[in-house]
Amino acid sequence: MAITDAPHRKFPAFNRQQSIFAGLVSAVFIIALAEIALGPVSLTLSQIVEAVSGKADPMPTAIVTQIRAPRLVLGLGIGLSLAICGAVLQGLLRNPLADPGLIGISGGASAAVVVVIVLGDLVIGEIPATLRPYLLPVAAFCGALLVTALILGLSRKDGEMSVGRLILVGVAVNSIAGAGIGFLTYISTDTQLRDLTFWSMGSLAKSGWPAVLVSVVIMGGSSLALLRFTRALDLFQLGERAAFHSGLDVMRIKFAACGICALAVGAGVSIAGPIGFIGLVAPHIARMLVGGAHRVLLPASALTGAVLLLGADLLVRNVAPPQELPIGLATSLIGGPFFLYLLLRTGKL
Amino acid sequence: MITGRNIDVAFGRKTILRCVDVDVPFGKLVALCGPNGAGKSTLLSALVGDVPTARGDIRYNDTDLHRMDAADLSRRRAVLEQSPTLSAAFSVAEVVRLSVPIEYAPAETESLVTEVTAQLGLTRFIDTPVPKLSGGQRHRAHLARVLAQLTANRSLFGPGYLFLDEPTASLDIQHQIEVMKIARVLARGGSGVLVVLHDLNLAAAFADSICLMRDGAVVGSGTVAEVFTARMLSDVYATPISVEKTEGGPLIILPDYHSAA
Repeated sequence: MAITDAPHRKFPAFNRQQSIFAGLVSAVFIIALAEIALGPVSLTLSQIVEAVSGKADPMPTAIVTQIRAPRLVLGLGIGLSLAICGAVLQGLLRNPLADPGLIGISGGASAAVVVVIVLGDLVIGEIPATLRPYLLPVAAFCGALLVTALILGLSRKDGEMSVGRLILVGVAVNSIAGAGIGFLTYISTDTQLRDLTFWSMGSLAKSGWPAVLVSVVIMGGSSLALLRFTRALDLFQLGERAAFHSGLDVMRIKFAACGICALAVGAGVSIAGPIGFIGLVAPHIARMLVGGAHRVLLPASALTGAVLLLGADLLVRNVAPPQELPIGLATSLIGGPFFLYLLLRTGKL
Repeated sequence: MITGRNIDVAFGRKTILRCVDVDVPFGKLVALCGPNGAGKSTLLSALVGDVPTARGDIRYNDTDLHRMDAADLSRRRAVLEQSPTLSAAFSVAEVVRLSVPIEYAPAETESLVTEVTAQLGLTRFIDTPVPKLSGGQRHRAHLARVLAQLTANRSLFGPGYLFLDEPTASLDIQHQIEVMKIARVLARGGSGVLVVLHDLNLAAAFADSICLMRDGAVVGSGTVAEVFTARMLSDVYATPISVEKTEGGPLIILPDYHSAA
């Protein structure tokens, strides 16, 4: 092949990618608009514009700015960051089944949050409302980090990550976290119980602006930081040894990327509970759309994750309004069968 | 030159290498030979910084191996593993680009990719996903990546070293010879090349010097003629082997199939 052939060959691929990204961005935009417009009270486009510009009646203004907008921002943040974390973990561990929920990171974060909600109230009294938005993300981060360290330590076999051990460690961690959460739920008060039950299935509903902003800033910052690892993640596909031969400080990258994932997942879990399968499904769909190069895979996963999560939220809010199903049910309903399909297709376990 | 002196490597209580001395000079192709389990791949792993040494000293042009980080090392040496793997469906061109350092200009990277893929007969597979290639083609794609790393770093930082762990094991005869020719051309161009080889005839035909190992120790090192004697080979491989000289050509090494049986 002559060198001059190369640009001709590249143009179609580049255009295809551009149109896929344009499609994903439009999908996010349309679903975001639907999130604001649809619900027990449906709003027209002009009502939304008036509400945002402060010219509308108090009711639609409150619905848009105090209920649906924070929920939308939170959904975007969680969808983007869970999907990026899923893509990063899948790349780092060279494992198509890696997902923050499946391998136990979300479980660890959840258990830590439940400990703070239940025992925190018992031991130090009611946590002040001003501290709560900060305390829960910190607890969730610590729980997520602890589990990540466990996974990195226990899933190695003969110097390489083992798929089977990774999933088994995830099963063990999830069951320990589940038992802990179960026990704490048992000893919790009635008010806590109601909160915990709803929260443990995942929900974007209880989101006021202060808590949303803290979480979204952490999730957004972490996601941006993870975009810096694209070349390293590509090199990880050669195996850890060949990545080292190509100049990568393998251990440093692994710990840094996993630590940032724990931070992002922790921030999401602390406010919306463990939302499963977005981190598993979104990167796979993105990989089918744009290929495996992480420089395009991470942004495409993020957009896909946002579409999936906001879509699921739209679904649970509008199936039987004003009743609202937990969002975890919708994501598990999509993710569960997809996970089985992956297991059957890869046949790796 | 890479100099290794008194190298010991142990995994747990098991000693794999004992008091090994080895040199890889610039401009030379060194073949590392020996029976299965002799410690060839372990020695290569120690020399490239994969496994820690229990004792001894490895220096790259007088710099201690353990004083260099991953990035430093990648500028000085490129390594082809015995069984390279790839978990993503990258094309040949994408794989070759992976190990090219970021300091290398993008336009030059593209011409380097074209050049090394052509050198290894992969031009028509340049956009094919590597997992869809045959075993031998996949191996050549990874070799192309390693050559690109060596060549790019050479133009940025000066000549380096190439380590190949059984590069010919999954290749047909034509490509075995092609790969060894490329290794020799690189050595003639100033790089230091160390190749682990099972095929003694390839070693005899292409190597400038031989390092022969058995049971974790070096039992012979020097030129091909010095090391590859019938007596030495028969003793090391515990099987009768004869060595024939050819007029102006390489030594021919022949196992005595009948007495071995």
